Amino acid sequence: MLNRQLKEKGIESLLFAAGAAAVLALFLLCIFLFKDGLLLFENYPISSFLTDTKWYPTSEPEHFGLLPLLLGSLIVTVGAILFSVPLGIATAIYISELADPKISNILKPVTEILAGIPSVVYGFFGLVILVPIVQKTLQIPTGQTALTGSIMLGIMALPTIISISEDAISSVPRSIKEGSLALGSTKWQTIYKVTVPAALSGISAAVMLGVGRAIGETMTVMMVTGNSAVIPGFPSGLFAPVRTMTATIALEMGEVPQGSDHFHALFAIGSVLFITTFIINIIANYIKRRYRFNL
Amino acid sequence: MPETYENGTEIEVKDLNLWYGDNHALHDISIDIPKNSVTAFIGPSGCGKSTFLRCLNRMNDLIPNCRIEGQVNISGEDIYAKETDVVDLRKRVGMVFQKPNPFPMSIFDNIAYGPRIHGMSKKEMPEIVENALQSGALWKEVSDRLDVSALDLSGGQQQRLCIARTLAVKPEVILFDEPCSALDPISTSKIEDLILELKKDYTIVIVTHNMQQAARISDHTAFFLLGDLIEFGKTNQIFENPQEKETEDYITGRFG
Amino acid sequence: MFSNAKLNEKIAFGLLKIATGMVVAFVLVILYYIVSNGYSAISIEFITEMPRSRMTEGGIYPAIVGTLYLIIGSIAVAMPLGMLAAIYLTEYSKPGKTTWAIEMAINNLAGTPSVVFGLFGLAMFVKYLGFGASILSASLTLALLILPVIIRASQEALLTVPKEYREASLALGVTKWETIRKVVLPSAIPGMITGAILSIGRVAGETAPILLTGAAYFLPRLPDSIYSQFMALPYHLYVLATSGTSIAQTRPIQYGTALILLIIVLCVNIVAVSVRSHYRKKLKR
Repeated sequence: MLNRQLKEKGIESLLFAAGAAAVLALFLLCIFLFKDGLLLFENYPISSFLTDTKWYPTSEPEHFGLLPLLLGSLIVTVGAILFSVPLGIATAIYISELADPKISNILKPVTEILAGIPSVVYGFFGLVILVPIVQKTLQIPTGQTALTGSIMLGIMALPTIISISEDAISSVPRSIKEGSLALGSTKWQTIYKVTVPAALSGISAAVMLGVGRAIGETMTVMMVTGNSAVIPGFPSGLFAPVRTMTATIALEMGEVPQGSDHFHALFAIGSVLFITTFIINIIANYIKRRYRFNL
Repeated sequence: MPETYENGTEIEVKDLNLWYGDNHALHDISIDIPKNSVTAFIGPSGCGKSTFLRCLNRMNDLIPNCRIEGQVNISGEDIYAKETDVVDLRKRVGMVFQKPNPFPMSIFDNIAYGPRIHGMSKKEMPEIVENALQSGALWKEVSDRLDVSALDLSGGQQQRLCIARTLAVKPEVILFDEPCSALDPISTSKIEDLILELKKDYTIVIVTHNMQQAARISDHTAFFLLGDLIEFGKTNQIFENPQEKETEDYITGRFG
Repeated sequence: MFSNAKLNEKIAFGLLKIATGMVVAFVLVILYYIVSNGYSAISIEFITEMPRSRMTEGGIYPAIVGTLYLIIGSIAVAMPLGMLAAIYLTEYSKPGKTTWAIEMAINNLAGTPSVVFGLFGLAMFVKYLGFGASILSASLTLALLILPVIIRASQEALLTVPKEYREASLALGVTKWETIRKVVLPSAIPGMITGAILSIGRVAGETAPILLTGAAYFLPRLPDSIYSQFMALPYHLYVLATSGTSIAQTRPIQYGTALILLIIVLCVNIVAVSVRSHYRKKLKR
């Protein structure tokens, strides 16, 4: 009897430990990331890190300015979102409200294929196919631009935006939609005046998660944006090469001596990236939890 | 079938049949529904009364595999004719559903929703909303908080809001699909009073599973069973002197 | 007014259709380019031979082997851990601070960029624990990356097991763990495995984390222990497509590698989806 209770307790503790491992992992991730990141500021003032407009990690003296990289990430992400949000939401509406259920059942896995394609394959496709197209159409010196990155990232953010928005839209109760139709509104009026507003928090969560995905993406942007660390103008910067935070880390980590200022600067960039996506995730999950209907 | 009515006929249905896929759900329904009065549809669950009600504003169009044959004229116009605009039809034939279904918006916006869609100007809106809420017997309770979410109202208030929302569109006919089945007795009696008030200006058709309710508020009653219209007549005749054995069985089984 | 609303509706629906068409077109165009250019590069030799002449000829065998090791290593760590965590969360945990912390940690791990996992793996496994740039470091890093995927899929699978099953067993005087083991898990296992299968695709395709924790540009022989560096398919594709002087010359190998990656990911997805739908049907019955 006692033995059995002991066994049950033991198993519960083991399972708890597995759950706690997720917390531990996140905790360790913060410690290791921030520890090496903060070491930069022993030799390099944090104010310069935040305000210097140059990222010249190997010049003399060194410049570890965050701004060009942060703004690089920003411009690529903004471009991606401008492109993928309308497209993603429109597709989500079509799948959940208009398409024949048989068609929807095909469309859903098709859009999920986009989520499965590895980022390096997107990068490769972008590099080989899209970069020359951008260069030729816009008649610019190189097709490796922020715009090219935005288009590729936009495509990559689509499945996240589509599947979460679709979820939110189809969870709007049928009764509300019928209520609107019964008042003599057209199907479209019902969609944009009732259904979409009712699903808005879920759709916003989808957009936030799409933003998170775009900011954190590394290989694709690294392969198609040209990686020059200059502060981009807007919108002219869209048509010039940029360098994102993620690409900087991946490009330079291989060549820096471990423990150098440059090494620590890359961890500092990583910390900024982590904090950014952390905040985005918190917001997205907060909004997402609010959208469930209790009707 | 009953005589010609005092206020005339609003809805004429001839030989209506309905199928869900292979399931023949309504058989040869013919009925004339009088203007400016209350007509109740009663019958056991699954008898087709709600399905038939939804034929009158073509809500069944939304269900895939649903096929309808026959003729339904409302104010003399064939609503299943090719040139009929469903959207326009639903503006003329309003519907109140079984469960209150307010939109997740403010009380004001719920009422203003229909008029806005139908192109009423912004200036007129406060008046339209007040009138609709007055007619829906809700104005006194909510006049000081029109901007709160409709979801914060009680179930009974929500249902009156849905009625007011329908009135704001100025329909000719209002269909009620078991409007009180989710409500407590006090809210139910408020809605019943409201329906009696409304029949002065509107033609009302109500589906109910509650026979006392049908007896209290309707002028005519139709009894449905397994997709057939068994009997239709004046309400007191149906309840006191049913002509068909099935009607009598149903009424006595449940009423006496 | 009315015809206006009707016209708006026509235009709006037209635009929605065009948008959906564009999304489908993206999928088809990407698949088409990779498949049509890649299939001629693929042969038995391509997947079984070592690269030759400074990677301009020969196969991609070591990259396939490296990716396989990573899949085995990371799944072996993340699958048991993730499944146990999911059992704890769905069957044992009660709403409260601890559960909130675990849920929050999982959500945030899921949203953390893969390159940040790479930095963490570099700082902790490669440097601090002294595993060096190796299969071990990279597998552990990837295991953390896929942990949230496996936990979420397993939770979903456990939640679809009807409550009545559990109650019926508990009412017979069976302990909670025995109930889970004998009643809940047998019907949830296929769903839980789906999560693990899906994460195979993730592991096979991730580049940034392994770039920082042990992937090698080129190795003349296969890795001989878990402490060896390794080649991997996604990094191989990246290297061939972006560095060196023979980018144009190795284009067929690049397409071939991309296609192999795509095939792995698509197969994994198809298997996962069919396992899931097969088992959903079974539960419904």
